[in-house]
Amino acid sequence: MNKLLKKSLLWSLAAITAMGFISMGCSSNGEFGSSSDAAQKVYVAPGEHDEFYGFFSGGYNGQMGVYGLPSGRHIFTIPVFSQAPVNGYGFSEETKAMLQTTDGFIPWGDAHHPELSQTDGETDGRWVFMNENNTPRVARIGLDEFKTQEIIEIPNSAGNHASSFVTPNTEYVSAATRFSIPMKEGSLENMDVSIDSYKENFKGTISFIKVSDEGHMSIDFQIMMPGFNYDLSHAGKGPSDGWSFFTSYNSEEANTLLEINASKNDKDYIAAINWKKAAEYAKQGKGEMIPGKHYRNYIDHEEGGIAKSEVIEEVRVLDPRKLEGIVYFLPTPKSPHGVDVDPTGQYIAAGGKLSTVIPVHSFAKMQDAIENEDFAGEEQGIPVLKYDSILHGEVENPGLGPLHTEFDGKGNAYTTAFISSEIVKWNIEKTEVVDRIDVYYSPGHLMIPGGDSENPDGKYLVSLNKITKDRYLPTGPELFHSAQLIDISGEKMELLLDFPTEGEPHYAQGIAAEKVKKNQKRFYEIDDNNHPHATKSEKETKVVRDGNEVHVYMTTIRSHFTPDNIEGIKVGDEVYFHVTNLEQDWDVPHGFAMKGANTSEILVMPGETLTLKWQPKKVGVFPFYCTDFCSALHQEMQGYVRVSPENSDTPISYSTGQ
Amino acid sequence: MDTRNRILMAVAALMLIGVYFTPIWSISMEAPQYPEGIGMNISIDNIEGKNENDLQNINGLNHYIGMKEINPDSIPELKVMPYIFGFLILSGLVIAGIGKPKWILFWLGLFVLFAIAGLVDFYLWGYDYGHNLNPDAPIKVPGMTYQPPLIGSKQLLNINATSLPHIGFYISLLSMSIAGTVWWRSKKD
Repeated sequence: MNKLLKKSLLWSLAAITAMGFISMGCSSNGEFGSSSDAAQKVYVAPGEHDEFYGFFSGGYNGQMGVYGLPSGRHIFTIPVFSQAPVNGYGFSEETKAMLQTTDGFIPWGDAHHPELSQTDGETDGRWVFMNENNTPRVARIGLDEFKTQEIIEIPNSAGNHASSFVTPNTEYVSAATRFSIPMKEGSLENMDVSIDSYKENFKGTISFIKVSDEGHMSIDFQIMMPGFNYDLSHAGKGPSDGWSFFTSYNSEEANTLLEINASKNDKDYIAAINWKKAAEYAKQGKGEMIPGKHYRNYIDHEEGGIAKSEVIEEVRVLDPRKLEGIVYFLPTPKSPHGVDVDPTGQYIAAGGKLSTVIPVHSFAKMQDAIENEDFAGEEQGIPVLKYDSILHGEVENPGLGPLHTEFDGKGNAYTTAFISSEIVKWNIEKTEVVDRIDVYYSPGHLMIPGGDSENPDGKYLVSLNKITKDRYLPTGPELFHSAQLIDISGEKMELLLDFPTEGEPHYAQGIAAEKVKKNQKRFYEIDDNNHPHATKSEKETKVVRDGNEVHVYMTTIRSHFTPDNIEGIKVGDEVYFHVTNLEQDWDVPHGFAMKGANTSEILVMPGETLTLKWQPKKVGVFPFYCTDFCSALHQEMQGYVRVSPENSDTPISYSTGQ
Repeated sequence: MDTRNRILMAVAALMLIGVYFTPIWSISMEAPQYPEGIGMNISIDNIEGKNENDLQNINGLNHYIGMKEINPDSIPELKVMPYIFGFLILSGLVIAGIGKPKWILFWLGLFVLFAIAGLVDFYLWGYDYGHNLNPDAPIKVPGMTYQPPLIGSKQLLNINATSLPHIGFYISLLSMSIAGTVWWRSKKD
C-alpha cells in the first residue's frame, strides 16, 4: 500500500468519524430543540401555576388525565369510565350506579375524545365531555369539582368513536357508531344473521345528545346511516354553525380483514349533517320513536351527590332517505380519520390517512353545490356531492399518514403525520406547507388550547404520540405514552418538552387556567350535605341494625373516627359504613379502609358522605383505619369492629374515647 | 359648650355605633400549611373566623395541644360588652345635650377604664387558653404554653400568631380623642 492511498484512507476515515459525530449531535431525537431556552419556556417555578389546563383522555385506562401546560406536569386523574380504587369511584355505594349500562355493571371503558363545553364557539370551562368507545357512552365532567357528573349510554350503536364533539353553544354533543352492526329495518334491533350479510343488513347511527343549561344530557335524535365505520367528527362554526361533519371509512362495507378490504376505494365520505334542520324535524315529531333502551347515570345533587340510574326506553330516529336535506356525503380521499373545521368555520380539513394530500373542503362551495343540486350521485339514498365542486384545495406533500388537524387562529393549520412522524404546518388559504417538525414517535391527535374552537390560544401545541420506545427511562415492555410540547408562537415550530402521559391519550383539550380556576370548589358545605345517611356531628353518630343489615353512621375529623369501637356485628351481616367527613377546610380528605372488605377504600372529601359495604366472613376483631395521611396523628386514626358468630347475641354497642 | 362642640361630642358618641359592625381585635395565624392564612376576629359580641370555617379549623388544631375550644357562647363578656357600648353612646349623647365639659371628662374616664378592663380581660382569657391545657393532649412540649400575644407576633410551634387591634378599636380611639378635644376646647369657656 503506498503512502498516498494510506493517507487518503485515513482522511476518509476521519471524515466518516466527523460526520458520525455531527449527525449524532444533530439530533436524531430532537435534543437540539431542548436547549436551555426551551427549558425556560416550560419552567414553572415552585408554587407557581401553569398557564393552561390540559385534559387528556386516558384511552384504555378509561379515565381523564389533567396536565398543566407548559410544564407538562400531571396534576390529577379524573375517574370516568373505569373503577378507581384511588378514591372509591365505581366501588362506593354512592358511585356504583355511574357505571351501569344495559349490559349491566361495566368496570372499564375506553376513553377517546375529551371536548370542553363552549359558549359562542369558545371554551367556557363549565364541563368537559368524553366518549367511551367500547360500550357506547358519553360522560360529562363538571370542572367545578373535577368529577364525573353524568354518563349517558348510546343505544343502537356499537363502538362510539366519532364522539364527543360539541356544537358552538353546547346545544349538542355528538356520537356516532364506529362498528356498524346488523339492525332490523324499523326497530334497529341487533340481528342474529350471518356476518357476511354485512352489505345487506349492517347499518350505523349518528346521535345528537342535547345538553341542558344544567348539563342534563338526553338523546334528542339519531340519524340512520349506511353501514360504514364512522370515525371522527367536528361541528361547524361561524358560517357553518348548524352543521356537523363526520368522517367515515369502510365505504366498501367489508366485514373481514378491513386493513385490506376497507382500503380499496379511492375516496370515502365525510358525512355533512345539517343538525339544525334535523333538530327541527325532531321538534316537529318527524321520524319515529323506536325501542332504544339506554341508561342515563347522574349525580343527584338533590340527594347527597348519590349517583342514580335512569333507564330510557325509546329514542327518536330520523331516516335521511325520507327526511330531505339532513345528510350529504362529501367524497374524501382516502379512509379519512380526523375532520377539523378551521376557526372561521369556512374550511373543513380531512386527514385522509392513506391519502397523499390533505383535502380541504369549502363550506361555501358545499352550500352552493347543495343549492344547485350539483350531485355526483347517491349512496344508499344519500346525495353525494362532487369532490371537485366542493374542494377549496389540496395540501401537497403533507407527510405520510395525515390524521388530525388543529388551528392557531392565525391562518395556519397543523396536521399530524403518523407514518412520517412529524407535524406539518400549513397555510389554510393557500393550502401550502410552511413548516414541519419531527416528533417522537408517530403522532395521533394533536392539541392546541382552543385549537378546535373559534378562538384558539395559538401559543403551544401538544403532539400526542403513539409510540414511546426510548424517550424515557425504560420500564420493561409496557410504556407510558409520550406527549411533546411544541412552541408555535413563532414562524418556526420549536420542540420544548417531552412528558409522559397515563394510559393512551387519544385526543386532548386545553383551556386558559383562569377560566377553570375561578369556579373551583374547595370542599363541600357540611350544612348543604343532604345525603340520607349523613352524620353532621359526632353526637349524631350511631349504629343501627335492621335484620342482617347494619348501618354505621360514622364521622371523621382529625384524627379520629366516631365511633371507633363497634361491637355486635355478626358473620353474614351486610355492614354499611356511611362515613361523613366533618372537616370544613381545603384538602383535608379522610380515607376509610376495612380489613377484608371486597371493595376498595373510600376517600371522603370534607363535608361529603360516602359508603363502604363490608360483609364480614370471619369471627374476631378487625381494624379499620384512615388511608389518607390527614394529620400528625393520622397513624392513630383507626378503630376496631368486633365480629361475633352468626348465632351469637352480642348486642350492638359503639363508642369513642371511653 | 357651644353648638359646634356639642355636635362634636354627639358625633364622638354616635360613631361608637360602628363598633357593633366591625371587629375590635384580630388574631392572624400563619403556618406553611395555611398559605392563605387563618385567623379570627373578635368583636364586642362575637368571635368569628376570618374565613367561614376558620374558627372550627383553629379549634381543630388547638385540640392537639389540649387548648379549650374557643366557643363565643361560653364567653360572658361578649354578652355584656354591647350594653357597655350602648351606655357609652347614650350617656355621650346626654352629655352633648347637657353641655357640661366636666361630664365629658367623667365619660372619658369611664371609657378608658372600660377599655383597660377589656384589655386585661382579653389578656386573662388568652392566659387561660394558653396555659390551662388538657393533660391528655396528644402534643405536649415541656415548658411550652400557647398564650397568644396581647399585641404583636409570637411563634407558637409551627404557627406564627399576630394579634392586633381592628377597626372597632380605632373607632373607639377616635371617639375618645374627639371627646378629649371637645373637653379641652370647652373647658376654657
